[in-house]
Amino acid sequence: MSETTPQKARVATVWLGGCSGCHMSFLDMDEWLFDLAEVADVVYSPIADVKDFPKDVDVTLIEGAIANEDNRELALQVRENSKLVVSFGDCAVTGNVTALRNPMGDPSEILARVYVESPDLNGIVPSEAGIVPPLLPKVLPVHQLIQVDVYLPGCPPPADRIQEALEGILNDDLPRDRGEAIRFG
Amino acid sequence: MRDARPSVTVTFDGEEYDAFAGESVMDAARRLGVPIPSLCYLEGLSLYGGCRVCVVQIAEDHRLRPACATTVAQDMEIKTDTPLLRAHRKAIIEMLFAEGNHVCAVCVSNGKCELQDMAVATGMDHVRFDYQAPQREVDASHPKYVFDPNRCILCTRCVRVCDEIEGAHVWDVAFRGADAELVAELGKPWGESTSCTWCGKCVAVCPTGAMAYQGKAVGEMQHHANVVIRLATARTKGQWLDPEEVG
Amino acid sequence: MAAVIDLHEVADREHEARSRYPWRIKACASTACLSAGAGATVQALEQTIEAADLVLDAVVVPTGCMGLCSRGPLVRVLRRGGDETMYQAVNKEVAIDIVRKHVRNHEIVDTNLLDTNIPFFTSQERVVLANGGVIDPDRIEGYVAHGGYEALRKAITEMAPEQVVEEIRSSGLRGRGGAGYPTGNKWALLAKAEGDQKYVVANGDEGDPGAYMDRTVMEDDPHRLIEGIAIAAYATGASKAYIYVRAEYPRAVERLDRAIRVARRNRLLGRRIMDTDFTLDVEVRIGAGAFVCGEETALLASIEGRRGTPRLRPPYPTERGLWGQPTMINNVETLANVPTIINKGAEWFSSIGTERSPGTKVFALAGDLVNIGLIEVPMGITLRSIVEDIGGGIPDGRSFKAAQTGGPSGGCIPAEFLDTQVDYDSLRQLGSIMGSGGLIVMDDTQSMPDVAKFFMEFCMDESCGKCVPCRAGTVQIHTLLDRIGNGDAVWADLRHLEQLCATVRDTSLCGLGQSAPNPVLSTLQYFGKEYEELLSDEKKEVADA
Repeated sequence: MSETTPQKARVATVWLGGCSGCHMSFLDMDEWLFDLAEVADVVYSPIADVKDFPKDVDVTLIEGAIANEDNRELALQVRENSKLVVSFGDCAVTGNVTALRNPMGDPSEILARVYVESPDLNGIVPSEAGIVPPLLPKVLPVHQLIQVDVYLPGCPPPADRIQEALEGILNDDLPRDRGEAIRFG
Repeated sequence: MRDARPSVTVTFDGEEYDAFAGESVMDAARRLGVPIPSLCYLEGLSLYGGCRVCVVQIAEDHRLRPACATTVAQDMEIKTDTPLLRAHRKAIIEMLFAEGNHVCAVCVSNGKCELQDMAVATGMDHVRFDYQAPQREVDASHPKYVFDPNRCILCTRCVRVCDEIEGAHVWDVAFRGADAELVAELGKPWGESTSCTWCGKCVAVCPTGAMAYQGKAVGEMQHHANVVIRLATARTKGQWLDPEEVG
Repeated sequence: MAAVIDLHEVADREHEARSRYPWRIKACASTACLSAGAGATVQALEQTIEAADLVLDAVVVPTGCMGLCSRGPLVRVLRRGGDETMYQAVNKEVAIDIVRKHVRNHEIVDTNLLDTNIPFFTSQERVVLANGGVIDPDRIEGYVAHGGYEALRKAITEMAPEQVVEEIRSSGLRGRGGAGYPTGNKWALLAKAEGDQKYVVANGDEGDPGAYMDRTVMEDDPHRLIEGIAIAAYATGASKAYIYVRAEYPRAVERLDRAIRVARRNRLLGRRIMDTDFTLDVEVRIGAGAFVCGEETALLASIEGRRGTPRLRPPYPTERGLWGQPTMINNVETLANVPTIINKGAEWFSSIGTERSPGTKVFALAGDLVNIGLIEVPMGITLRSIVEDIGGGIPDGRSFKAAQTGGPSGGCIPAEFLDTQVDYDSLRQLGSIMGSGGLIVMDDTQSMPDVAKFFMEFCMDESCGKCVPCRAGTVQIHTLLDRIGNGDAVWADLRHLEQLCATVRDTSLCGLGQSAPNPVLSTLQYFGKEYEELLSDEKKEVADA
């Protein structure tokens, strides 16, 4: 990168408790992704092979809710190292499908039901310290753990909405009244 | 056809309009095309006044009033869209989303839901409050319909339409506060109700996905709340409106 | 048809009977003293009198509330000629002593003597509670002997209905249920209203925690309420009245039922009352255990046998109330003022209290005070006088922190406003309300966010669930207060708390929801620091917007 070209924005996307559908929708932006690449570098993402969340990120899109210890840790790292955090998709914004377990209460009962009662043989709740992250008692929307700056609901948010939001954010002219752009579901 | 009712002059957000004496702020606004959000209000049914999203400001005092239950008066200055009203309405919609289990992505009414629309209309892009995640059981006992209390906002449109239009009074509200819930026949499974006529009006008027036809998948449930207007008009004026006209 | 009671004759007979005994022992048998063992006290007094061969010398009269409930059971010993001695904490043993020493030997039982020359008694002005500690609530004769039903007689035989309304209006009496609406205006509305059948309803659904003003009136002086209702009905043209009593007051229900029967037998109720054309039926309706049924439209729904939820107003009950007919709802204490106003005149009444809040108010004093009980004071008395003089100050060397008036709908008033006059308007200015008369005093060990949470939990449990802000908003406020109390809250939570309170206050359907945030808002206003000190140190942030 030459010194005269304007600094590219450092963009990250993370995938917490969600189905990755929001990232699929992100990829659905198709050729606009080339335009995005002109102005931004994707410095961390489930679709990029980066191990640790980097420092000095300008914008991070968080897909998924805070469902387990790993999600929690990564979300805190994201906040620590990002200027602007976007709750990306319904799971991040509301908990959505990921939070469907909340009415059932303690996660241990659900784990037992799924891994112990349902299988025909060798039922066991998977556990491996440092590998299988323990579930949090309750699934949380991202903003209940860290400060969130922009909300981008949708399950998933359609590609054009993501594009619109990113354009708004990168040009610093996201409208206050966003109309249909904030529709859940 | 000209309406012979006497009229009064009112202003909506500074614009002058002629309203009919005796009509509600809500009815005047609807007729004149002034948008006022609402959930429990439904033309043709009795007033309930429970959702509170239709609150408006009347210039003469600082109290907020529900547009559905406030009668227009000469020179009434009505504000329907102020920062204060927007803030309150948004908060109320947040409360509704937080108290039930409204998961749009898996709802039969996704994309055709008045609550979802209301979130868009009030600019509600996230809920500041704690989701209460109540445990509520779906009642799928009726052969034709399903009731999912997780999506119920207790607007009581179903209660009223069943009582006032169908005359069956299958539905009512039981318990109180956060425990309040819709019950069929004093708490029976809907399918065991002997007073239900299977008319489907409760399903038609439901603003959310709480009441739906059996077998509908995500986003497939289309409600037709305006059917009440036709029925109520037929009832009170002996006149059948064109279904196309009432939408 | 039964004969009309001859008020004078009954009164004369009663006075004469009274003078037969050199000693009259009045034992408080009101609910508070009963729960402190007054039943055994009365029994011990009676048995000892008989055993000591004093049946011709002394008589025991079980009476209504004497006020200083925390010192109960209370007993007054009256000697013919006027000497009066008051005893506190009269258990069985003390009761025996009182008969053996005081009545037989003219020896005061020093250990349990209660000085009646203390401000608790001398600063009070008893109008509504005038008969408390004086008459046996179960005997109409006692009530009549103290001027009972004279006001009704005067109203229906000497005054036109309009004159009665005017008398109440010019007395300046305001509703004692909390809001302070001018009673005369309400009566005039019903009098003017047109309908086939008009109703008067006495609201005895006293639900504030710790409050028992109305219970005391209903239990201890039921005829006063009935007389007040009858006068209201006569003045407004109603011929049917209901007394709506909460189910938690079985004794009030029993007493009222009996009093109504007795009044009817004496032609003070029923057809052609006192041989006039005035007819009135009074019926007790028992509540179903919901605080919201104290709200007038919910109360009406409940009387009609429907679910007790408030409805939109207008139309107001005076236009469309019970079964669509004009109906007026007055609080029990309000109606209990009426007979005395008619007897003594509007001018007398308005000379008590302040210009805008005339008369007296009954308060149930509770909390961290030396003297706890039921008091009746002139409006306009300072909060300081209630707390320090009547209440006897804060016990255990602690200091005053706040007074909560108006129950779950009221607010907490800090020490700096102790010199505020207690009247409708001054309390409102401080962010509290008069309410029905609960007054809870808190010392400096109390945490105000805790107090707010207590009241919010009450409102949350008692919300009927009809309107969203009250049903769901109180839950969210409670959740936030819980988080604050646990030390897990951050600044944004505090901001959300204030915003939520504003929405619940401004958009709720009825008074319960509209006033539910008051305890939170008033403690935030006067004790905001306590909330801030509870915030988490953790660097956790949550979203704003």
